[in-house]
Amino acid sequence: MKEETLNIKPMETRGFRQFNLKKKLRISESLIQGLLFFAGILSIFVTVAIVYELGKEALLFFNDPDVTLGKFFGTTKWQPGIGQYGIWALVSATLTTSSIAILIALPLGLASAVYLSEYATQKMRSILKPILEILAGIPTVVYGYFALLFVTPILKTIFKDGIQVYNMLSAGLVMGIMILPLIASMSEDALSAVPRALREGAYAMGATKLETSLQVVVPAALSGIGAAVIVGISRAVGETMIVAVAAGAGPNFSFNLLDAAETMTGHIARISGGDLSYNSIDYTSLFAIALMLFLVTLVLNLISQWVVNKFREQYE
Amino acid sequence: MENNNYAIETNDLSIHYGSFTAVKGVNMKVERQKITAIIGPSGCGKSTLLRAFNRMNDFVPSCHVTGELLLDNQNLYSKDIDPVEVRRKIGMVFQKPNPFPKSIYENIAWGARINGFKGKMDELVEQSLRSAALWDEVKDKLQQSAYALSGGQQQRLCIARTIAIQPEIILMDEPASALDPISTLRIEELMQELKKNYTIIIVTHNMQQAARASDYTAMMMIDDQRAGGVIEFDATKTIFTRPGDKRTEDYVTGRFG
Repeated sequence: MKEETLNIKPMETRGFRQFNLKKKLRISESLIQGLLFFAGILSIFVTVAIVYELGKEALLFFNDPDVTLGKFFGTTKWQPGIGQYGIWALVSATLTTSSIAILIALPLGLASAVYLSEYATQKMRSILKPILEILAGIPTVVYGYFALLFVTPILKTIFKDGIQVYNMLSAGLVMGIMILPLIASMSEDALSAVPRALREGAYAMGATKLETSLQVVVPAALSGIGAAVIVGISRAVGETMIVAVAAGAGPNFSFNLLDAAETMTGHIARISGGDLSYNSIDYTSLFAIALMLFLVTLVLNLISQWVVNKFREQYE
Repeated sequence: MENNNYAIETNDLSIHYGSFTAVKGVNMKVERQKITAIIGPSGCGKSTLLRAFNRMNDFVPSCHVTGELLLDNQNLYSKDIDPVEVRRKIGMVFQKPNPFPKSIYENIAWGARINGFKGKMDELVEQSLRSAALWDEVKDKLQQSAYALSGGQQQRLCIARTIAIQPEIILMDEPASALDPISTLRIEELMQELKKNYTIIIVTHNMQQAARASDYTAMMMIDDQRAGGVIEFDATKTIFTRPGDKRTEDYVTGRFG
């Protein structure tokens, strides 16, 4: 072996600041820490403020001697002006349209996520994903008129006179299309995050692509997919324009998909758009509906979280 | 030559990524129920070659293979071969333990189930875990997640799930490189047990491991076009005591690599 003589000169040390072990105040560090803390606390503060405002006004509603919790939860007609306070008239429409939406968006969204993450070539994915994300950027009022003017006429030819011009089916279907890209995109991220080693392990056991995708990759990504579903449900429950345009204007306790019915959000949008005096029962009732909306979203989120925790399979 | 002593043979096997040849002209006859080690410096194509044996390279889009890989006189790279079936026959254990995010029991049962196993699952699971020298450590917690196990236990679980589908050949890609010395020793002991029933091909960086554990050794090295190839293939004893190639001698004596 040939010996090489290395000739290393001492490194230039001038130009550095002087070495000093003393503790020093770093203003930019403390500043950025304060800024980040403020950003974090802001969203919490806003949430608390909203809940406070909702609660305060809703309390006025429930303090009305005419309103009882029994009436609120126990009856099915909503007409605060004439003393009917049955919230189910609105909740039924919200649950119905949201269920249709999730039933459409979950299987289709998951299927496209599996396709994008497991089957599509790199090129295909780079074309399809942006298109999917454009779908997510369409304003919901456009979806609303898409439902009313395109989907409803098609449903009309299928169900003939059985279906009303405004109906929950059309609104629910289009709402499903609206949240589909959201669920697909979030699920795809979750699937892509599953380590390649897991897929290789499955393939090395003589698993087919389908077995690997559905029985190893999807279960491993379930907590991410669950998060996608939770966000999807929240979007559907809170969605306003589509249902306001296409589902109907007027509370109607019905789970019949072909009926017109007004959701909680649709009702709030319609009533608050008109002339309302601050002390009227109509005004305070809106806050009660909003609080109920909050509650429904919360309960649905808790249920999906529970389902996810029960079935998810954790890797590392 | 029917019923020969060779589990698998390669015939001028080359592996290409696009126009780049990563492994060139490999001719190897791997004997049944022996341990064959593949050694060589980093980047010489050991893992690439190993993954060609069970067609794992199929998943690399630009990868294609020329030459022949013969199992029972059938070329595994001919057009009418089903790669899924190939991987059932030729199992693989990876560098980093990669148990499925399922229970210990399911890790073993899953592979058997997808391969159409109709027998008694409990027995198969116990038998596989016993063969992988893991049964005593996990028999009371079969329903727990595989991720609760230590790295060495996880690797033995991966060996157990591979055994459960009854392959003929087990490929091991540096199976102990992520493990501590005690776990490594256990894996090596296990390999000696397994070779009574299986043919094992192992890629290793660890020269002592190759010397200790294998019967045959293939020495790989890259040429001036950066294509890897087997420069010497012989009984392990010969490779480590009287290598025929100067480069092998330099490598196994630790002069480089």
